[in-house]
Amino acid sequence: MALEKPDPAHLAAVDFTVPRRAWRDLPVEFRKGTYNYATPRRHVEALGLPNPREWQPHDADWKLPPDWKRIILDGMQDRLDRYRSFRLFMDICVRCGACADKCHFYLGSGDPRNTPVLRAELLRSVYRRYFTAAGRMFGPLAGARDLTEDVLKEWFYYFYQCTECRRCSVFCPYGIDTAEITMIGRELLSLVGCTIQWVVEPAANCYRTGNHLGIQPHGFKDSLAFAAGELEELTGIRIDIPIDRKGAEVLLVVPSADYFGTPHYYTLLGYLMVLHEAGVDYTFSAFASEGGNFGLFASHELMKRLNAKIYAEARRLGVKWILGGECGHMWRVVHQYMGTMNAPADFLEVPVSPVTGTRFDHAASTKMVHVCEFTADLIAHGRLRLDRSRNDHWNVTFHDSCNPARGMGLYEEPRAILRGVLNHFHEMAEDTIRERTLCCGSGAGLGTDENVEMRMRGGRPRAMAVNDVRTRHGVNCLACICAIDKATLPPLLEYWVPGVEVAGVHELVGNALVMAGERPRTTDLRGEPLGGTGAAHA
Amino acid sequence: MPLSLALATALYAAAATFAAGIAWRVWVWARTPEPFRIPTTTGQQRSLAWIASSRVESPSTRLGVAGRLALEGLLFRSLFRNTVPGPAARGPDVCPPPVFFERKALWLGAMALHWSLLVIVLRHLRLFVDPVPGLAAGLAALDGFFEIGTPRWYATDAIVAIALVYLLVRRLRDPLLRYVTLPADYVALAALMAVTGTGIALRYGARVDLVDVRTFTLSVAALAPVPLKDTNLWLAAHVAAVACLLAMLPFTKMVHAAGLWLSPTRNQANDSRRRRHVNPWDAPVDVHGYEAWRDEFRDKLVAAGLPIDETRPRGGTGA
Repeated sequence: MALEKPDPAHLAAVDFTVPRRAWRDLPVEFRKGTYNYATPRRHVEALGLPNPREWQPHDADWKLPPDWKRIILDGMQDRLDRYRSFRLFMDICVRCGACADKCHFYLGSGDPRNTPVLRAELLRSVYRRYFTAAGRMFGPLAGARDLTEDVLKEWFYYFYQCTECRRCSVFCPYGIDTAEITMIGRELLSLVGCTIQWVVEPAANCYRTGNHLGIQPHGFKDSLAFAAGELEELTGIRIDIPIDRKGAEVLLVVPSADYFGTPHYYTLLGYLMVLHEAGVDYTFSAFASEGGNFGLFASHELMKRLNAKIYAEARRLGVKWILGGECGHMWRVVHQYMGTMNAPADFLEVPVSPVTGTRFDHAASTKMVHVCEFTADLIAHGRLRLDRSRNDHWNVTFHDSCNPARGMGLYEEPRAILRGVLNHFHEMAEDTIRERTLCCGSGAGLGTDENVEMRMRGGRPRAMAVNDVRTRHGVNCLACICAIDKATLPPLLEYWVPGVEVAGVHELVGNALVMAGERPRTTDLRGEPLGGTGAAHA
Repeated sequence: MPLSLALATALYAAAATFAAGIAWRVWVWARTPEPFRIPTTTGQQRSLAWIASSRVESPSTRLGVAGRLALEGLLFRSLFRNTVPGPAARGPDVCPPPVFFERKALWLGAMALHWSLLVIVLRHLRLFVDPVPGLAAGLAALDGFFEIGTPRWYATDAIVAIALVYLLVRRLRDPLLRYVTLPADYVALAALMAVTGTGIALRYGARVDLVDVRTFTLSVAALAPVPLKDTNLWLAAHVAAVACLLAMLPFTKMVHAAGLWLSPTRNQANDSRRRRHVNPWDAPVDVHGYEAWRDEFRDKLVAAGLPIDETRPRGGTGA
């Protein structure tokens, strides 16, 4: 079912010529490889979302409800009244164009409607037509246009060609954030039943089983038991992985890919090793077995519905605070939404590291700490024994994942960890890291096989920056702290920059961590021999 | 004289429309809630004591937010970051190195336009306040520092003209920018050009009796307009253009000047884990609680030897 990937040379020849026809009346063509499949009826029903049916974006008839137009316009009115971001961003854009060439999808596709400014104009044109006097009076002259089925299809195409990475909002002189526009656009589409499978199916799974992958409790336990076995083989140390243990001090919440995907899995091993070595009294929850939240990619309401179980499980298990794993969009939700949506978490305590005594006051309200904050603190206090040479086969660069970067400000913690656990590190070009980091091209629910061409296009600017450090410094490993990155950057790099692997920060911590009583290690967490100079991976 | 009366009326109507329009826009934005904390964090968060946080780019205090907004509003901080992709990205290499070039032209053009306009507006205070405020006189002296021409050229008059031409040419020459431009964007530029064009013509070309004009403008400011002795068509055109600009400003994209300060990605502190941000319209949602999950998977929990919690959670979120 995976589409054949097109020839890189073909995708690299991006055509930046603007079309001759105005974008307002250019219908969208749903070309294979550039869009995502629709959500099957059963997943829509599982969440009680509107208009469940079988349909596909390439169908002529989208089986919209008869009053779809009224639903969308009412939905817009409702959101204009509830979100200042939405209303303001509809009003103040001057079309200066500073955002245009900041979007990885524009850079990769050359499609003007993939510039943030036009992506927002897709909604703004309709906003003007129905919600402003100038638009009602002057129509197209004022940049207004009617809401038609073609417009709706265009929204679907382009709001599912945005990864909500917020890079444009860094450069916008008014801070207009296309992630807000896309989130509202997707909510509106969802009101008439136009959602994609790769967002709604994981959300439906998560709602019922606790995690996106739909892993049931026994499967969850098996995965963790398998990880314990693997760790014993690697280190000779038998560790215990508690699940649903009441009265533990800390609840550990990770993205489900960590215990079911590769290379995420090595990151999980890394956390387990650190927590064991530091002697942290923690537990997993088999129900809150997902920190990620695909609700973020569907609607604010669904985000809240999926996020609720984290506090509920923390309360049920009687823990003092929560530790969260490496995951980008999970941390967007935890940092910017969870406290508002599902707190007050007054049944928890301000997180304190049981090892160093550091009080994490910056999480005093939400009571949830990022594992990189926790480990960076351990390393800064010299509480972990680390042998950096065990990562000498890796020549590493760090990819700032969009959400922890622009939706949190977590820049130095992972870098501090990397400095502590490895010897060979090179930053990518300044304009492509930290707040200006380039997206993997597959976030916000777009990481599907059917969407492969857009993913490769959108990820190319990131790959170009990686290729640069590979060429100049021999980088062979890209470290990151996002589960979607770990799933989608390996195929992206294989496509554009063969020979660069992707690793979680805690995988590299696990490699370097000298555990008390461990047997001499000969391999890294991947089972590859230590001590190489990169030859094994180059 | 009817023309004087018409000009005075236009100014009053425009000023009223401007004030009411801006007040209405700001009121609508301000009454619309900010349900979530969504600052764009362009710098290091405040977390561990030994990591220096970025107080302005990722502000955790109100003072930091004020600093961020001041940088944004006064120095156009975000626009200063502007880059353009280099030719490498369009070259023959399949995966060339990323080359982004700094591009300060737009920032420079925007700074030139806005700051010149501000100085020009303040200079005009001399026409509406008696005695002439020190600020207006000082700015005028500074602005005419180069002592070129008779009457002396104000630097800002030249700068604003150049900036407007740059912004227009830029919009017309770049095919992508031309493609995204709306007719209204040209209207805004045209309005500004009309105001500055007639203003420049008035000062350097047309011969007006400044004392007469000032008597008129002071009387307009005092809400007791006296007619102009001498009607100059450039003056009429200038006043009409200013009135048009003022009246349209709240209803066009030029309202960004007021909107910037309310932009949630810039005016919120990055402290959402430290302090709870409350959503005024927050409402309960359907959730799937532990009991439903436990009851569905009971057999599997038993088989896997996982603990089963038969006590009801104590209520609260998601329970």
